[in-house]
Amino acid sequence: MNGTDSKLLVEPIVDNNPITLQILGICSALAVTTKLAPAITMSIALTAVLVGASVIISLIREHMPSSIRIIIQMTIIASLVIVVDQVLQAFAYELSKQLSVFVGLIITNCIVLGRAEAFASKNPPWPSFLDALGHGLGYSLILITVAALRELLGSGALLGVQVLPLLEDGGWYQPNGLMLLAPGAFFIIGLMIWAIRTWRPLQVEKPEYRINVVHRTEVE
Amino acid sequence: MSSPALLQPLRALFALPNDDPRKTLAVAVTLCLACSVVVSATAVTLRPLQARNAALELQREVVEVAGLGDSGLGLAQAFERIETALVDLGTGALVDDADVATYSYRDAALDMARSTALEDDPAGIRRRPDHMPVYLVRENGSLTTVILPVYGKGLWSTMHGLLALAPDGRTVEALSFYEQRETAGLGSEVSSPRWLGQWPGKTVIGPDGAPVIEVAKGRADPNSPDAQRRVDGLSGATLTANGVERLMRFWLGAQGYGPFLARLRSGGV
Repeated sequence: MNGTDSKLLVEPIVDNNPITLQILGICSALAVTTKLAPAITMSIALTAVLVGASVIISLIREHMPSSIRIIIQMTIIASLVIVVDQVLQAFAYELSKQLSVFVGLIITNCIVLGRAEAFASKNPPWPSFLDALGHGLGYSLILITVAALRELLGSGALLGVQVLPLLEDGGWYQPNGLMLLAPGAFFIIGLMIWAIRTWRPLQVEKPEYRINVVHRTEVE
Repeated sequence: MSSPALLQPLRALFALPNDDPRKTLAVAVTLCLACSVVVSATAVTLRPLQARNAALELQREVVEVAGLGDSGLGLAQAFERIETALVDLGTGALVDDADVATYSYRDAALDMARSTALEDDPAGIRRRPDHMPVYLVRENGSLTTVILPVYGKGLWSTMHGLLALAPDGRTVEALSFYEQRETAGLGSEVSSPRWLGQWPGKTVIGPDGAPVIEVAKGRADPNSPDAQRRVDGLSGATLTANGVERLMRFWLGAQGYGPFLARLRSGGV
């Protein structure tokens, strides 16, 4: 793998992360992260769909009429999502019930269509594969971190195994119920974005609007 | 070109420029064919596995509602202790020699010959199967629990549940909704242990044999004389809660298990 290739793979993990920099895929990042197990399944499902869709779209990019290219991309993504959903229902029934509608909603996840349109439809299969895998991993990293924090703080457990003994079971940990609600995920993702932008100041956006400070002398 | 004659026009079609309408049409048709083959092949090959998962899930729910969930028995063993029977909803009698193990009320509801169209349809199910499975739990020969499958429309989805009644045919022992696609976080609370936990002990059928259970708007007042037949509503999910009340009233009423429960109360099961 040469330098450009590894950049394609590594860059979306922190430097161009789909969730914390591009602020995409927030819906599922809130919805499936109360527990670690569904978050891991969702990460695998989204990465599989993203990689599959990117490679297929990149393979047929020369034959995509531009007038129907978004429909073509959506059809391919939707078909892959149905396949993933069916596979989950067959081999991970409990998890597929927990994820319920959110697997289906991968179709509308902006990360997938975004990579298809912005990268895969203009690049050969191998770079598209790496780009998709990188974005999938970037999404997974955030999802799994958020889910681990929420499950640990919200129910004192990790992957369903009790780590912090709860007060109600005679332990010392009072679980934080807020972590199990959507706002808990907002706080964690917000703090993560803050931390990443402090570590990588390049990611800080320029303010879109600055109040013009008018000096008293100018008015008078 | 070495390709067969049949492929020649296709090759010519795909050699057209991308913005040619004929090429656009050809790409769209090919793509749709390819995608539908992939999707249907997956669905068909995985269906047996999915059906097995759903059957196991139902067994697990029945065992759980029967109160045998923590009996220390394996799922298969615990389910064997529960007798599955078929009820003729019209007469309320148990149907003999029916193949109960493979009976699916969902298939029956779609079959014109095995279901009845409903005029009065509070549960929103359109057709009611003529037969429904029930699960009977016996201990040392005497009946301890009767489990009735119930289903009906919520806000978005058809909710499928299991209602466990005491042998008096009036008192709830447990309730579960094992399949629903209501709004996540609001209506989906219908299957949360916290909400379902208030059902055991409630009286669903009055002295005259008619269903009396109510799902309150908001909190049910525990001091009201009707507290025994009232459960809390679901905040933010009034339509889901109404759906539960309607499906309960339908299935416990004359069109549902009413005749069967009347027989049960007179000791006929």
